[in-house]
Amino acid sequence: MTEPETLTIDVNGFPTRIWRKGSGPKIGFLAGFGGLPRWVPFLEQLARSRTVIVPSLPGFPGGDRGHSVLDSHLDWLLAVRDILDQAGLSGADLAGSSVGASLAAEVAALWPATIGKLVLIAPFGLFDEKNPPTDPWAQRGDAVPGLMCADPEIWKALKSPPEGANSIEWPIEQVRANEAAARIFWPLGNTRIEKRLRLIKAPTLLLWGEQDKVMPRTYAEVFAKGIAGPTTTRIIAGAGHLAELDKPAEVAREVLGFLEAG
Amino acid sequence: MKLMWFHLMPYTELPEDFRDANPSVWVDIHSSLFDPKRAHLMYNDFMDELEYAAEVGFDAVCVNEHHSNGYGLMPSPNLIAASLARRTTDTAICVMGNSLALYNPPTRVAEEFAMIDCISGGRLIAGFPVGTPMDTCYAYGTNPSQLRQRYHEAHDLVIRAWTEKDTFAFNGRFNQQRYVNIWPRPVQNPHPPIWVPGGGSVETWRWCAEMNYVYCYLSYYGYKAGRATMDGFWSEMDRLGKDRNPYQAGFLQFVGVAESRQQALDLYSEAAEYFYGRCLHVDPRWATPPGYTSEGSQRAGIESQIRQAADSGVRGKSTGERFASVAREMDAIVEKGYVIIGSPNEVAEQLREVATQLNVGHLMLLLQYGNMSKDLTRYNTKLFAEQVMPKLKDVHARWTDHWWPQPMETGQRAEVPAYMPRLAAE
Repeated sequence: MTEPETLTIDVNGFPTRIWRKGSGPKIGFLAGFGGLPRWVPFLEQLARSRTVIVPSLPGFPGGDRGHSVLDSHLDWLLAVRDILDQAGLSGADLAGSSVGASLAAEVAALWPATIGKLVLIAPFGLFDEKNPPTDPWAQRGDAVPGLMCADPEIWKALKSPPEGANSIEWPIEQVRANEAAARIFWPLGNTRIEKRLRLIKAPTLLLWGEQDKVMPRTYAEVFAKGIAGPTTTRIIAGAGHLAELDKPAEVAREVLGFLEAG
Repeated sequence: MKLMWFHLMPYTELPEDFRDANPSVWVDIHSSLFDPKRAHLMYNDFMDELEYAAEVGFDAVCVNEHHSNGYGLMPSPNLIAASLARRTTDTAICVMGNSLALYNPPTRVAEEFAMIDCISGGRLIAGFPVGTPMDTCYAYGTNPSQLRQRYHEAHDLVIRAWTEKDTFAFNGRFNQQRYVNIWPRPVQNPHPPIWVPGGGSVETWRWCAEMNYVYCYLSYYGYKAGRATMDGFWSEMDRLGKDRNPYQAGFLQFVGVAESRQQALDLYSEAAEYFYGRCLHVDPRWATPPGYTSEGSQRAGIESQIRQAADSGVRGKSTGERFASVAREMDAIVEKGYVIIGSPNEVAEQLREVATQLNVGHLMLLLQYGNMSKDLTRYNTKLFAEQVMPKLKDVHARWTDHWWPQPMETGQRAEVPAYMPRLAAE
């Protein structure tokens, strides 16, 4: 696995990282809860047949403190729009996971002409009182890895500082990612995205980890019913909330299969 | 120096097995543990105790704000303060305080504090805490990533509401209000003194220093643990070229005074162990909402851990870690300095050392804690007032307290209660 090419763009005055790797038609990816402090096998899999473009979201790893100037949901959506345009992703297929999937869905709803196909992995944005998501911000530290991934070691490896990392700034950056997610989704994760799903016209693949402990799987049905475009739902066996981390090959296979199908 | 009497208003009847049978005293403490009819008696006892403290000569009575909390039954300290304004005459009323970001619009704080200041004839100390993670982010659902920005904006709004003469529009980032014009206005001019309880973040030290506010460290872990934090505040004051006036600082300390040290141990162990054992049983999952601790403070904490600096036990640790490592047996509670106990002479000597070493002119004393009974609270309070207080009055005598309320002249003030003049205190 080799490192991707890294570009830096300016978003509201904050330097924002964009990874790019592979060749072929473009696919954008917006990362899930915790962001991506390092390149992961799932992206490597996609890059074998696609040009994978991964912009960081404000406040997530690679996104500096960009979240700190975003006060409303509209602020967030405009920032994401700006990021996708600067990353060259306008008109491309777009995938997202967890918090990133929620923002990908919003963009598809508000600017339908700028989206090819859409892939959503266990998106945030809904809240059902009878079946609420787990509160990811009210957890003992040692419970988080097992909440995010079916295999906690995968999350731990993602979040552990690499050789030579700044031992002070690295952990602060990981907390910042959780803060950025909180800034959009606190306290319930409910952005009332349900009201906008009907605006999504793109063909949409919904993926859910079989062992997702954060987002109830029944939410997939709400997305599938609400989205105006054709939807397909697939459950990823053995995967947790961040299915692309637990089962990179399986998730990449589903994504590529969906994108390549007529 | 000033000796202030602080009440947390703990629920005094948490069961013996509370720690084992319940996840947390805060946020999700179960309602079945709360008996409103028992709380009726507790509230009335607590208010009697505050009034008694005023009667026996404490400089101030202090109340504070907590939510969904088994050791703090004052979601609205302003209600208690309003009652105290009517039941006391010369004692300062310290509301420590209102968590500004929780009020919508924050103008409400300017109004209620102005009411208390008017009713009391200008005896209010206005405390502006950010509020704990449990109170603000979890019990009240405030976004931790916006909490401090909202706090600062609310502060600006309250100050303007108190001081601007004409109706104004407030065009804030989080608060917009077309017509701000509070009635009543505070008695104190330009406004009541502002005190800020803080945890130990560099930003708060700097802000208090720059704004000329009193910085208060309200720790439950006593003077030994508090030393590093207060040192941090004073070195920031030095750095900014400010006076080391001890009256720009406040510090909270638990005390149990008796005829002798042994008697104090006998009398106060149960209440102290109740507090540190049951009241501080907080689930760590309520302690670290991301964004609550500023990145500057996180950085200082990690650096301090790496250096294993003297303050690493406080600054490098989250609220949850601190709760988890708290001492719960009386010997350790006393040894670590959480509670200062002894004869009046011994207590006075220790408090003199605290006030001097921490350079603190306002000592906020917890003389009721945990399940301490009304009788024992009264005993502790009386003995302190009669035999400890006189021994401490000279501490910091050369400094002037610029942060104390400036009430109306006694002759100008209302007689309360007017239709039933109170009997002389016994």
